[in-house]
Parts: sequence; structure tokens; C-alpha cells
Amino acid sequence: MKRRDFIQKTAASSTLLGLSNFSLNTILSPESKKITILHTNDVHSHIDPFPADHPRNPNMGGAARRAAIIENIRKEEENVLLLDAGDIFQGTPYFNYYGGELEFKLMSMMQYDLATMGNHDFDNGIDGFYSQLPHAKFDFVSANYDFKNTILDTIIKPYKIFKKEGIKIGVFGLGVELDGLVDKKLYKETIYNNPVEVAQDMARILKEEKKCDLVICLSHLGFKYKDDLEKPSDINLARKTKNIDLIIGGHSHTFLDKPVIEKNSDGKEVLINQVGCFGINLGRIDFYFSNDNTLKNKGKNIVVI
Amino acid sequence: MMVNVKKNTISFRFFVILLTFSCFFSCKTNEYTNYKIEGKKIGITAEKGENSQIENYIAPFRANITKDLDNVLAFSPETLDKSKGKWQTSIGNLLAQVVLDLGTPIFEKREKKQIDFCLLNHGGIRAIIPQGNVTTRTAFEVMPFENSLIIVGLKGNKVKEMANYLITEKKPHPLSGIKIFVNKDNLNVNRIEINGKTVKDDVMYYIATSDYLSNGGDNMTFFKESEIKYDMDYKLRNMLIDYFKKVDSIPIITDEKIILE
Repeated sequence: MKRRDFIQKTAASSTLLGLSNFSLNTILSPESKKITILHTNDVHSHIDPFPADHPRNPNMGGAARRAAIIENIRKEEENVLLLDAGDIFQGTPYFNYYGGELEFKLMSMMQYDLATMGNHDFDNGIDGFYSQLPHAKFDFVSANYDFKNTILDTIIKPYKIFKKEGIKIGVFGLGVELDGLVDKKLYKETIYNNPVEVAQDMARILKEEKKCDLVICLSHLGFKYKDDLEKPSDINLARKTKNIDLIIGGHSHTFLDKPVIEKNSDGKEVLINQVGCFGINLGRIDFYFSNDNTLKNKGKNIVVI
Repeated sequence: MMVNVKKNTISFRFFVILLTFSCFFSCKTNEYTNYKIEGKKIGITAEKGENSQIENYIAPFRANITKDLDNVLAFSPETLDKSKGKWQTSIGNLLAQVVLDLGTPIFEKREKKQIDFCLLNHGGIRAIIPQGNVTTRTAFEVMPFENSLIIVGLKGNKVKEMANYLITEKKPHPLSGIKIFVNKDNLNVNRIEINGKTVKDDVMYYIATSDYLSNGGDNMTFFKESEIKYDMDYKLRNMLIDYFKKVDSIPIITDEKIILE
């Protein structure tokens, strides 16, 4: 071999080696990433903790305590998403006096990332909600409320995509049927579309078109309706759709002891969680990711405590 | 030297093939698999302390509300309790009277009509009015809901249906401005009086109630079926607060609305 040849070959090989350097590292030690989802629902303006003599929830809840817990978790975890599944408004005089201003301000201070609208968030009318939005430094999503003929047109988007350390997380919102629950003069021209049908579409868009690694539904539909099993609920939503990884529920004030695992229409696991109401609990779901492809067909290890 | 170089090239070639191969099978740098999920519930307690920035931010809001809520508006000579009374309660009588008194001038001004009587629901009363000072907080405790005043038009025959509903329900729903005379043995409705006159089937009566009931809440279908409804845009709790501001002492109203004879 001529010396020139040798130089060229080694150069080419080095380049190749350089290019594969990243791959080489990953073969030796696959990279792991962790996404921490924190969530609340139906806080209903409960800013102060329950009093010590409260018969049901003594000394529970409180915005300042919730903030301390969230702060602690943020110190330990890199990739935190803080979400709320609706009914932020109504339940204490804080709402009657300030119309939701304080609720939004405190959530902004706690660095909430996203919320969906519950039926009580219409309690001061769609205009009342709109007027408080400048106090919220986080967005709202709703995929099945069509706001095109209302003041919220283009303000509330169907979904939002977050990128944390290269992991794409798509979150969409779903709201409960307003007719019969909320006065028409409050929700005005908001159109309610079937949440299960909308969810199928949303999940497909987020998983297949937008290539999200994680698809989360923020639902204010309610966990399950025993008297009307066909009524859209989180359980129905989980069973009838695919491509959703996690449903964060609200509306029914359901205190789940731990997240519930359901099978979707593809036979794959969906996690549903709801943490009661009034800011008594915070839900936490950690998703572990790896680029080690040997894990790909092994299925998920789901640990609920 | 020559031999060495050749060896190197071969091993490089092999290595590149090996790399390509292993990349193909075992790793894909841009694709991450979710292999594990952990979920749990965290109780919000005092254990982790509280965030002082948040607490300090809330403090002035809380102080302002507390000051306002604890503002003494009136005095109640007795404790008014919704659990005392079979066909009526002192607190129910008061609430219906308040809604009738404060609603009448507004309805008259807006629609040039008179409210004939008031019907609310027993379940809508959420607390007692204790003997002593009455504050804004009292009004919030008694009526935490955002219900507002609706005037519903019903013909006399529907008012009779309403009377039968009340007798069958056997709940002391708050009433004012109406007298229902009932046979004490078989509980049949004998006669209904509004403004001192016997109710006639074809006469239109205007009833003050809440938006919740006007939409058929508590199975009050007679309200739901009516197409004559006037929204007064006046919250019942605000009516109560405005009433407390107006009076010094809360009246104890004991006249019977459902009379067994």
C-alpha cells in the first residue's frame, strides 16, 4: 500500500469513527431520560389549607404548602411539567371577591405549564374567564370546545407540545358537556364536540404527525359514570382510543388511591389519574425513557403506589 | 511497516461494518422508548413547610376578605336552623321573604309586573344563622352557590301541580306569599291562596325562584316546562347581604304557609 493511500484511508475511517462517536457511546451506555408530570384538578379556589378542626380534611391542602412540595420536586428533577385538569375557579370567597385573579397568579408563581377548562371556570361567564387570563402565565388547552364564535377564539388552542431534553410531550384538553350543567348565558356560543371522537383525532395527530414521545390528555370529563356507562368519561376515553399514554382527570372529584391502568383499543396500557379536589393532593407520574432499543418490544414496567 | 498498515486498514473496515451493524440492531439515537412509569399521590400537608413567597402574596388578599366577611351587618335574636320544622323552617321563611321583598321592586320596574310568591329549595340552605351578630360571612355560609333570581310565570293549574309536589316531597322548601291548605288526614290540597285570593286555573302567577330550580333542579319540572322566565341578574346571596345591610335585627317569621286543616 502506498503511503498516500494509507493517509486517505485513515482519514476516512477517522471521519466515520467521528460520526459514529455518538452511536458508539450509546452502544456502550444507553441514555436515560426522565419526565416528571405533576398535576392537580378541581382545586376550586382553595387557597388556604382546611382548618385543623375540619371534619373531613383537617390541615390538608393550601397553595403555599403545595408550592413548597413542588419546589422540592423541582430541585430533584430536571424535566417537570405541572398541569391542571380544570375547575380552578369557584368554592371559596377568594373567587367571589377577586374573580379568579389570585388563583391564576398563584398558579403562575408555582410555574404551572398548562391547564384545561372545567365547567366552573365559566362561572363568571366566558368574559369573566377571559378578563382574568392576563394573570395566567400558562396556557389553556381544549380540543372539544369550539370557541370560534366566542371571545376565546384562537386564544385557547386544542393542544400544546413541550420539548424536554429532546423528549416531545403533546398535551391536549377535553371538557365536559356544558348544556344542562352551565347556564348558556355563561358559556355563550361555545360548541361542545364529542370528546371521545375528538380525542381519537388528537392522539393520532400528536403521536403520528407530530411524533410526540408522550401523549397526555387533560380531561375534565369525570372518571366514570355508574348510571350511564356510555357517557364520556376517562374510563371510556381510555378504552375507546389509542396513542394516549396518560389521562389526567377531573370534574368527578374522584380520590384515586393510586393511578388506574386501563387497556386502550390497541390493547396497550393507558394510565388514568385524578387526585380528588380542593388542592388536597398532588399527582405525580414519572416517565422513564431510554434509547436502548432492546427495551423497545419489552413493554412498559408500570409501578403505581 | 507495510504489513502493519494493512492490518490496520482491515481492522478499521471491520470496525466500520461492526458499527453499522450494531447501530442497525441495538440503538437509534433519536428514538426514545418509554420503558417505565411510576405514579403516586402526594398529600398536601404541612410536612414540607410552606413557600413564604406564596404565603406573603396571599396575606393581603386574605386580610381584605376576612375584614369584609367579618363586617357585622345585622343581629339575629335567635338561631335560625333549617333542620327544625316539618313544613317550614325559620331560616327558610326568612330567605323566601328576603327574595320576595327585594325582588318585587326590580321586577316591577323592569317588567311592570308583580311577583306573586317565592319558592326556593330546602337543599340550597347550607348553614344556620347563629344567634348574635350576622356578617357577610354568614351570607356566604348560608348561600355558597352562585344562584341568581329568576321570575317564572305559571298558570294556576301549574301552581296546583307545584303544591302537590311540595306535599308529596314533604320537605320544608322555603315559601313566601302563598298559603296552601291541606287536608290533615289524606294530605290532599284543598285550596291555595295567593294575595288573599283563591288561585284560579287560568290566571298567570309570577314566582320568584333560583335559576337552578327554574331549570328543573330538585325535580321541579313545573318550572322547567314554563317558557315564561325573566332573569333578574341578581345573585341570591347578594340579596341576602343587601337585606342584612338594610335591617338591624333579623325578623323571626313564623306564619304558616302550608296549613293542615
